[in-house]
Amino acid sequence: MADLIVQIKNLSKAFTYKKVLDDVSLNVCMGENLVVFGRSGTGKSVLLKCIIGLLRPDAGEIYIDMQNVLRMSEKELNEIRKQIGFLFQSGALYDSMSVRENLSFPLIRNFKFSKKEVTDKVMHTLELVDLIEAVDKMPSELSGGMRKRIALARTIITEPKLMLYDEPTTGLDPLTTKEISELILDLQKKLNMTSIVVTHDLICASIIADRAIFLKDAKIMYQGTIEELTSSKDKFLQNFFSTDIIKA
Amino acid sequence: MKITNLKKGTTWNILNEYFSTIGGLSIFTMEFLKNFFKPPYDFGEIKKHMDELGVKTLPIVSITGFIIGFVLVLQSQPIMIRFGAESFLPSMVSLSVIRELGPVLTALIFAGRVSSGIGAELGSMRVTEQIDAMEVSAINPFRFLVVTRVIACTIILPILCVYVIFIAIIGGYIALILSQKMNFSYYTDSVLASLKFGDVIPSILKTYVFGFIVGIVGSYKGYTAENGTEGVGKASTTSVVLSSLLILLFDSVLGKLTLWLWPT
Ligand SMILES: Nc1ncnc2c1ncn2[C@@H]1O[C@H](COP(=O)(O)OP(=O)(O)OP(=O)(O)O)[C@@H](O)[C@H]1O
Ligand SMILES: [Mg+2]
Repeated sequence: MADLIVQIKNLSKAFTYKKVLDDVSLNVCMGENLVVFGRSGTGKSVLLKCIIGLLRPDAGEIYIDMQNVLRMSEKELNEIRKQIGFLFQSGALYDSMSVRENLSFPLIRNFKFSKKEVTDKVMHTLELVDLIEAVDKMPSELSGGMRKRIALARTIITEPKLMLYDEPTTGLDPLTTKEISELILDLQKKLNMTSIVVTHDLICASIIADRAIFLKDAKIMYQGTIEELTSSKDKFLQNFFSTDIIKA
Repeated sequence: MKITNLKKGTTWNILNEYFSTIGGLSIFTMEFLKNFFKPPYDFGEIKKHMDELGVKTLPIVSITGFIIGFVLVLQSQPIMIRFGAESFLPSMVSLSVIRELGPVLTALIFAGRVSSGIGAELGSMRVTEQIDAMEVSAINPFRFLVVTRVIACTIILPILCVYVIFIAIIGGYIALILSQKMNFSYYTDSVLASLKFGDVIPSILKTYVFGFIVGIVGSYKGYTAENGTEGVGKASTTSVVLSSLLILLFDSVLGKLTLWLWPT
């Protein structure tokens, strides 16, 4: 068995009596791309936030690199977090900083790079998301899709071993979606990056997924490859993945 | 821990809100102190905030300072003349401006301008997950956003206050020479002659406390904002109300303390 990078055991989380995650267990191997499906409001974002320690689950354990995230001191948690990237569903770009400052912020604060190395890295990463021309713009001057890509650039610039993407391609046109998905795949190959990707987007999922899970009613209802899920005989899955809506 | 399922507007809800604010603010202040005594300090950020605060408030406090001195003389001159005490006018201006009006009015204006600004700024960073984003990139948002702002406020308000006092004294002089002849050096001499240690130093020291209040209340309200844009607006307005109240409260307490330590 390959090395496990994320282990989730019996995770539960509720908000004011509403159970969002109920006894969820999940393992992710090193270098794997895992896609998380689920209808809106089923707790996909909550799951990612629990993994990185932004939300505290009510019960269960989370291990990253065999270390228990919930039992860590702030310092240990920060050491782990330096190796994890998190793309927020909303992007969460720093409004008061330009694109360049947004990207260099984690580099300058957490790693000891020279000024030139930082500039090089910023430019190189912007090239990956095809937004070199935006380097000196403020976030308020960017379109929704551009913000998404800048947020992605900010997350991958530190080359983390584990990436948590919350809907990386929502709001992008099909062509950009394809490019971004290929970028995620590329990062996996080049840096042996592990990714957990929350998405509704079948184009993106079919490009990157090694394995997919489906959250429903606070549990992992289905698990398998994309082909297995999309060709499933299950009524609910057939409905979810059906393209009939477009044809009709 | 706040009880969340109370009906809006009921007495219980108001009391609950009141006590959870006091509790929350105390814990927040402790957190600040814990971080404050832990170097390194982010001098670059502190300086940036000080510049911004100075630029933002200088025009309005200049006008206010001038008007305080000007109106004070304008209003009290007839009364002083009635009592035959005109010669005390300069010292009256300086004493009231230095002991009370300067520090408190500057602090209240500072609260209105700065506390609301910090509340709104941090509040919008909270609800758009920017604070979470810092946290997950292993950058301590409390140190980066809160500690630097509170320090900047605490340093800048006393400076503004001294400046306001100067302007107010000049404003008083201008009001004075509108109706009578008095040369500037005589005026400043009588202003200075009446001042004692117990008049000046305690009131400057008290503005450090006011600056701290403005910074910490604005940061607390912003940092703990919730419920989207509505929460940002609420953070901004409630931080002005709360910091103004606390400034007035501490003004009476510290005023009493000053009189006790340096009886006049
Ligand atoms: N901080 C919070 N406080 C209270 N409830 C929350 C909070 N965060 C999430 N929830 C609730 O948890 C549930 C799951 O939310 P989550 O954001 O994980 O959904 P999601 O699966 O990411 O949906 P989407 O696809 O729309 O992003 C929702 O019902 C939401 O109302
Ligand atoms: Mg979500």
